[in-house]
Amino acid sequence: MSLRNAACIVGAFEHPTRLAPDMTTPQLHAECAAGALADAGLSLTDVDGYFCATDAPGFGPISMIDYLGLDIRHTDSTEMGGCTYIQHVAHAAQAIAMGKCSVALITLAGRPRSEAVQRFRPGAPESAFEQWVGLTNHTSYGMCAARHMHEFGTTSEQLAWIKVAASHHAQHNPHAMLPKVVTVEDVVTSPMIADPLHRLDCCVTTDGGGALVVVSPEIARTLNRPVISLLGAGEATKGPSGGLGLDLTVSAAAKSGPRAFAEAGVTPSDIKYASIYDSFTITVLMQLEDLGFCAKGEGGKFVADGNLISGTGKLPFNTDGGGLCNNHPMFRGGITKVIEAVRQLRGEAAPAVQVPNCDLAVATGIGGSLGARHGAATIILERQS
Amino acid sequence: MSVRKLPAPQPNPETQAFWDGLDAGVLRIKTCVDCQQTHYYPRHICPHCGSADTRWLDSAGTGEIYSLSVMRRGEGAPFAVAYVTLDEGPSVLTNLVAENLDSLAIGQRVRLMPQSSDADHAGDGPALPFFTAIGD
Ligand SMILES: [Zn+2]
Repeated sequence: MSLRNAACIVGAFEHPTRLAPDMTTPQLHAECAAGALADAGLSLTDVDGYFCATDAPGFGPISMIDYLGLDIRHTDSTEMGGCTYIQHVAHAAQAIAMGKCSVALITLAGRPRSEAVQRFRPGAPESAFEQWVGLTNHTSYGMCAARHMHEFGTTSEQLAWIKVAASHHAQHNPHAMLPKVVTVEDVVTSPMIADPLHRLDCCVTTDGGGALVVVSPEIARTLNRPVISLLGAGEATKGPSGGLGLDLTVSAAAKSGPRAFAEAGVTPSDIKYASIYDSFTITVLMQLEDLGFCAKGEGGKFVADGNLISGTGKLPFNTDGGGLCNNHPMFRGGITKVIEAVRQLRGEAAPAVQVPNCDLAVATGIGGSLGARHGAATIILERQS
Repeated sequence: MSVRKLPAPQPNPETQAFWDGLDAGVLRIKTCVDCQQTHYYPRHICPHCGSADTRWLDSAGTGEIYSLSVMRRGEGAPFAVAYVTLDEGPSVLTNLVAENLDSLAIGQRVRLMPQSSDADHAGDGPALPFFTAIGD
């Protein structure tokens, strides 16, 4: 059984805040839920399936379902780090296809700028061998970038083009945290954080959140909104295989991407717009290679000279400014990747960055740290004419 | 520059022998009796074949840098995080000790150089498996 056309995204909402000291995280979840349901023309009473990850406040979805006052018959708190919400779209489609629910609500919210957020989970079997090392996201992604440079000759200037492209898009987003256009020079002369990644190779840290509404095709046709269908989905995890399979130049997207494209029956060259999880510039470069937009090792050449900038480049990406310049709520950029893909497919992106006739998009992401062990999720979305 | 605190490991039944070995200056990895392959970090079940017949193996403690990143910000910076691929096969996540961190490079030969963790911040806790460039 295929997920092709099994479900549609009819509601998407990105919370406008990037700093929320006077709000609570459940309140942010609720405002995101309300926003996405209003976008769909639905209400909380229509929801019969609820999806959140384990960062949601309280005891899994139990606390949030009660807080939101939902009456649901299907719940899923699948956890795969920041790409979880891309995966949730596919899992919602699975549940809908099996008749387990018909209106699925997915929410994410968090306030890492306003309160301390627990980043490490106690009890992981690898903790004793890794936590003392100082393996932050910065050093983990730094080692990926260093190895990619070593094997393929990728340069800091090539990585910088990814930030430059994101900043060109962010200037048109009134909510973007970093709306200023930057140059390659700005990126490579910004302070080094973890070699070879500079400050401007890193994403923003933001409070905020987002929500999505996924429904059956039958319900989608009754709503007065453009219908965005799920064509294909893939997920994967990757580990170092006991240390014998360590390869920091390939992400789990090398498996999730082809799975999604195969199910959708399309190829990367068919894609008009790409939402690519951008926790760091190297994250984008590796996913572009792993999804097949270019050959492994060719990512540096692919992103150079503005090739990701909407209107001039071959592959417009992250036209909201992405995690690099716009928003990375709760360190979890998966949901904003889906939201901007929906905007593009509906023709509702900022006019300056809207891709003409955008009918096919990919949203892909990495969960956990790109380094040794992580997950990836990819979905292909199509606007129904 | 702030001093970096290295939290003392909390050994458990799966890992006690590893930490005991390191205190004696030996890096112990696991080898599998059934599939003959090694692994790191050490665990009860072989991650390659699922066998529970895994044994401790004393590594020579030498290898080469697979990748590294020098952390420039925050507590204890700068310090070098690296993956070292041991001559026995497995890659080990570690820190590198060097007079000049900028002298370190991918492909460089390294050897084990255990460093004490902080027991009650006294710096005399159980040893951690750091590496240093051969020749330094
Ligand atoms: Zn085995």
